[in-house]
Amino acid sequence: MTLLKVNNLSKKYAEKYAIKDISFEIEQGEFFTLIGPSGAGKTTLLRLIDLLEPPTSGQIEYNGWSLQTLPKKKIVHARREMGFVFQNPVVFSSTVKANVAYGLNFRKLSTDEIDERVQSALDMVGLRGFEERKALTLSGGEIQRVALARTLATEPNLLLLDEATADLDPTNVALIEKVLKKFNKEKEVTIVMATHNFFQAKRLGDSVGFLMEGEMIEIGTTDQIFNNPSDKRTEAFISGEMIY
Amino acid sequence: MIVYNITVIGDMMIFFEALTEALALIFSGDAEIYGIMLLSLRVSGTATFLAACCGIPLGMFLGIRVYIGRRIVNNLVNTFMGLPPVVIGLFVFLALSRSGPMGFLSLLYTPTAMIIAQWILATPIITGITMAAVRSVQNKYRDTALSLGATESQLWFTILKEARISILAGICVAFGQAISEVGAIMIVGGNIRFSTRAMTTAIVLQTRMGIFGLAIALGIILITLAFLVNLIFTTLQEGVEVIR
Ligand SMILES: Nc1ncnc2c1ncn2[C@@H]1O[C@H](COP(=O)(O)OP(=O)(O)O)[C@@H](O)[C@H]1O
Ligand SMILES: [Mg+2]
Repeated sequence: MTLLKVNNLSKKYAEKYAIKDISFEIEQGEFFTLIGPSGAGKTTLLRLIDLLEPPTSGQIEYNGWSLQTLPKKKIVHARREMGFVFQNPVVFSSTVKANVAYGLNFRKLSTDEIDERVQSALDMVGLRGFEERKALTLSGGEIQRVALARTLATEPNLLLLDEATADLDPTNVALIEKVLKKFNKEKEVTIVMATHNFFQAKRLGDSVGFLMEGEMIEIGTTDQIFNNPSDKRTEAFISGEMIY
Repeated sequence: MIVYNITVIGDMMIFFEALTEALALIFSGDAEIYGIMLLSLRVSGTATFLAACCGIPLGMFLGIRVYIGRRIVNNLVNTFMGLPPVVIGLFVFLALSRSGPMGFLSLLYTPTAMIIAQWILATPIITGITMAAVRSVQNKYRDTALSLGATESQLWFTILKEARISILAGICVAFGQAISEVGAIMIVGGNIRFSTRAMTTAIVLQTRMGIFGLAIALGIILITLAFLVNLIFTTLQEGVEVIR
């Protein structure tokens, strides 16, 4: 089943296109990685999907809903199906526990349910015992894990990740990658993960999209992109020859 | 030279005598002094409360909702923040005087007139500080709150919550300005004994008449109040940080 359908999507900032006429589809349960040098438009594409910004032109269909024509109420509804872990996450000025509970409070879940989900999310990212810590006192890597826990706790159907392991040490990268794989395989959560690290894309993704200067240069299975790229620029990027 | 020294010593004597008298007045619980203090607190407290009721929503609206003409809004708010109290006093006087547009209310030379003047003084301060605070909080937290599934009102509430310490500081600043202001309440209150005589206007009058004891006593109380307001603010700030 097709979960996400992007049709001729463009986003223009001032005179420059950050996203230029992109079209692709993602299946329910797919682990899709978005690679490309910095400035390629990865963050912009994820923000458009999460409806944080309107596109200049084109449409996004999620689960059969055309997102650009949704009424305001339905936009919140659609967004609650998705989760977004930002490249530079921020925490609210409260405890770690309250931070992870934020999205659950928005959904007005019961206290018991919230406690349970917060606990299990903190366990997953290796932050058990951090419940009462003031989030503003955490390190960069810990903040990134709180941000991930906060999003996972909302049990999104589509998980958007923007360089979600960029600030982590290798041990935690491995831990988080395992969590993501588990969510993807066991819970069939669809994941779109932007990363400039193509080794990570190779490790995790079912399929890969290579983005450059706002254009989707090539889309294919991970195997195909890494072993048999059809575009010279893709080849240059994955061989590490591309200077960026 | 000798004459000069004698004058200085003479002045010092007057000062110490007055200081002793002031302390005696404060600790004997002099009814007039405490009456004056209570009037000041009532007028400035009410004015600040009303200013907060108007300034916080207005500041939030201007900070979050107004995109067009931000420069003009900023300039306007800044100008009103810096209105000299005497000018406010003048306009409130004209409005409330018998032939003025609101003369029929017969409010001139009443505590209510003083509250109106200080409300006009305090509202722009709270508005301006709230506006700046919610703007920076919104820039920082908008995307995070929305991506976690916030509705419009949940987003506003989140912004208000994150801006609370700055807004609290704004209220303290406004109260400090109001209670130490003299020009406006002098004009619209008239400094009438047992009726509209506040701490600052009393100090002006007593000093002019050479009755330094009472003036110094009120000065000490004013400084103590400023200190207390600061102390309450700091305590609240710490308290707020401790709560989730
Ligand atoms: N809010 C914005 N205003 C103007 N230009 C922007 C904005 N956001 C992104 N851009 C530009 O769009 C391009 C793509 O940026 P981005 O999506 O952040 O790339 P990536 O995440 O792949 O590094 C860049 O050239 C960037 O400067
Ligand atoms: Mg980016």
